[in-house]
Amino acid sequence: MSLRLLAGSLFSLIVAALVAVGLTWVAVEHDLAFGAVTIGSWTATPQRGTTEIDPYARAYMSRSGQLPLNVGDGLAYSARVDDSGKPLDGHCDVTVEGLTPQARFWTLTLYDPAGRLVPSVTGRHDFTSAEVVRRGDGSFTVTVAPEARAGNWLPSGGIDRYILMLRLYDTPLGIARQTVREIAMPSIKTLGCS
Amino acid sequence: MTRGLLWLIGGIVLGGIAHLGMILLLPRIAQDDAYGRLVPVAPVNTMTTLAAPTAGHEMMPFLDPAIASAVCRYDLSKGPLQLSVKVSQAYTSVSFYTRLGVAYYTVNDRAAGRGAIDLSLMTEQQRADMPEEEDVTAADRLIVESPSATGLILIKALAPEPGLMDMARESVASAQCKPLPPTAPPS
Repeated sequence: MSLRLLAGSLFSLIVAALVAVGLTWVAVEHDLAFGAVTIGSWTATPQRGTTEIDPYARAYMSRSGQLPLNVGDGLAYSARVDDSGKPLDGHCDVTVEGLTPQARFWTLTLYDPAGRLVPSVTGRHDFTSAEVVRRGDGSFTVTVAPEARAGNWLPSGGIDRYILMLRLYDTPLGIARQTVREIAMPSIKTLGCS
Repeated sequence: MTRGLLWLIGGIVLGGIAHLGMILLLPRIAQDDAYGRLVPVAPVNTMTTLAAPTAGHEMMPFLDPAIASAVCRYDLSKGPLQLSVKVSQAYTSVSFYTRLGVAYYTVNDRAAGRGAIDLSLMTEQQRADMPEEEDVTAADRLIVESPSATGLILIKALAPEPGLMDMARESVASAQCKPLPPTAPPS
């Protein structure tokens, strides 16, 4: 009887340890992004830049060594896939096209999946709202590609997977959260792969 | 069989509780968080300009390469701090984080008077201890209350194009973070 009890408790404890470590590992290694705002393939988590940041986001941020972008400073939208759900691939020509939400400045930056900058011969890792070449109506096209392209070329470095981050600095969006769903974000399309 | 299932469910529930505990504890025990990474490079209560992130040399993930930044790792246990930053031509902001990385306040160059952001940082207690007249004379000076005695102040200046990075770096290099001079006792 007591042996059964011992075996049972031991079994329970092993299950508990596996569940606890497993769930925690999944939670901190993967960005769970509770309360995320999604527009097309872009995702932002405005409440992380406030004191109302959730415990999972805090654990993830601490573990990865990041500081959240304060919501009064700006709002960061990230994309890992294009508009058809295909993961962003550095071997392909990918266009980011359209208009951005209201903000004083924005930057569009390319990172590897761990959030590092990707080595590039031109030294370019990003475009800012001030330097991007636009059409007459204010819209722009940035082409992410492994080889040089005409216009706004953002080198992909030929890596397998990457993340695009669009940061809007000094934007009214973060605070007026109810309007976030109604704004237009640039489209992301994969054209062709080499 | 039923007994085994009970042990299994018990284990899962216990594991779930332990998991929640680990999540809550993690920010407190993490050594390699943003604050921990800044400890070796940024002395306490001093402004330190951070090296521009380049591929392979980044202090933290997801840093914006168009931003020049400086950081003040603060400790208010010996008294309030004063902070000043000359704003750059583009965009300059000051963000405040607790020791555990919670963003609690931010101010940008829209709030800057005379081309600079000037403010005092203190704990709630230090604010309450301030003489009233001092509160009045400091009315044009922004007072920020820190929820924790220690934390981080992050100064950012945007370089709208690579050629303006020097301008942005100059702006953050001008930032100062130092103890607030003791005020004369109220007469």
